Amino acid sequence: MKKILLASALIAASAGFASAQDTIRLATEGAYPPFNLINDSGKPDGFEVELFDKMCEMAEVKCEWVVTDWDGMIPNLQSGNYDAIVAGMSITDERREVIDFTQNYYPPAKSAYAAMDPDADIKGGVVAAQINTIQAGYVAESGATLLEFATPDEAVAAVRNGEADAVFADSDYLKPVVEESNGQFAWIDQPVPLGDGIGMGVRKSDTELKATFDATIQTMKDDGSLNELMSKWFGDEAPQF
Amino acid sequence: MFAYCADPKSLEGLQWLSCYLTSGSHMSFYASFLTVLVLLAVTAPVALAFGYAGAMAGRSGAAPLRWLGKGYMAMVRGIPDVVFFLFFVVALDQGLEYVLHFARCSDWAEPVRQGLEFRVCPAAKIPPNNAPQVVHQIYGFALAVLTFAIVFGAFAANVLTGAMKAVPRAQLETAESYGMNNRQINRRILVPQMWIYALPGLSNLWMILIKATPLLFILGVQDIVYWAQQLGSMKTQAYSYPHPDWRLGYFLSLLVFYLCMTKASELVLDRITARLSRGQAIVKQSGASA
Repeated sequence: MKKILLASALIAASAGFASAQDTIRLATEGAYPPFNLINDSGKPDGFEVELFDKMCEMAEVKCEWVVTDWDGMIPNLQSGNYDAIVAGMSITDERREVIDFTQNYYPPAKSAYAAMDPDADIKGGVVAAQINTIQAGYVAESGATLLEFATPDEAVAAVRNGEADAVFADSDYLKPVVEESNGQFAWIDQPVPLGDGIGMGVRKSDTELKATFDATIQTMKDDGSLNELMSKWFGDEAPQF
Repeated sequence: MFAYCADPKSLEGLQWLSCYLTSGSHMSFYASFLTVLVLLAVTAPVALAFGYAGAMAGRSGAAPLRWLGKGYMAMVRGIPDVVFFLFFVVALDQGLEYVLHFARCSDWAEPVRQGLEFRVCPAAKIPPNNAPQVVHQIYGFALAVLTFAIVFGAFAANVLTGAMKAVPRAQLETAESYGMNNRQINRRILVPQMWIYALPGLSNLWMILIKATPLLFILGVQDIVYWAQQLGSMKTQAYSYPHPDWRLGYFLSLLVFYLCMTKASELVLDRITARLSRGQAIVKQSGASA
């Protein structure tokens, strides 16, 4: 009897320990379709959510989504409120100084200008972008006046109501906006590839987590399932690995 | 919600609207109104308790206690709310984890602070990493209530201090001459009479508290402002219910909600004032002389 009790206590304890190790809290913004969004049942959804749900299953870890605002994402990762950032975050040298990234699961994002006036001045006018993004940094250096917004949606709205001449954002984000605007919005100039692709951001000290997902991303790149998922969410013109 | 909602993109008019307004994300939106009401219902009494304790400490005969009460009022009142919200919550959260870290993980070799990173052992995490998201949300909500209570408690303490001073000195002296001790004077004479003086200040605070609830989102709680922003923003075909930018409509509904809250509060506060004024000769006199 004693032995059974002891054994079951041990099993319970080890199970508790294993799950304590294996839950990974993933932060996302939920406002960046089709990368991540809050769907109509109020749950996180999108390319990244589907991809990571699949990868967590492959890596046999339990993942939990945390919806949080974009601007405070890196500091909150550092203070341990969650374990990783999966929010369409481009890998850049500046960000590499403070956090680590896995290898990219999406190729270097092409960013593009969209405006309501086809002659909008993107080099000297007012250009809207989301705060603390690779695009905002690019606009700041382009000579245009940068207007920053908390969400990409507000940056688009700024062009609609005339606050800004153009919006500069990820072309995958802008594509449905332009296509569904009934000709109100037009692309300006050619898309610009920025950064080293989109990766999962982790704390510098979390080398094990980084290694796990590096390997899983590689597996999905090799067997073509990552490409399939990209076609599903970004259409036939989606970039492929 | 309804059976015909299975394929939202084929719907039109009222049917579409009825499906749209009952979607899962809208349910979360409606639930967030409840979150705000619960926050108000919990925070107000806790803040009042903080305020009462602060005011009593500020009047205390013991110097250290008096300093504590006055220091609390001066410090919290002097710091901008947003700064306090950002700083205090992070500091409290990390402080608790830091203490637990030393209590539970004495054999942990790595330092807690590594550059910008704050890293405690898994056993010291509050709440533990494997807890369901709901627990994390409740913890965040509790932190929010505590922070709101501390901030508004300091203002309430100031209001109550003023109210206690406003109770006529003659009343307290009469009580002393009847041989009551300090506690008895407080309980029987001072506290029952101070409320009528405190009420204008406290009702102001209540109104400010109602309006301060959108600060919840800073603390990671998904409140009505978050959902209004989220639902109102333009939705492309990637969503089941695509629509243009409807934020104006959503924010108008928040406006109506806050106006209703204010109106309801005014009605209740008027009744409380009427009730507390009963038998208060002092108030009538000061009204007549003014």
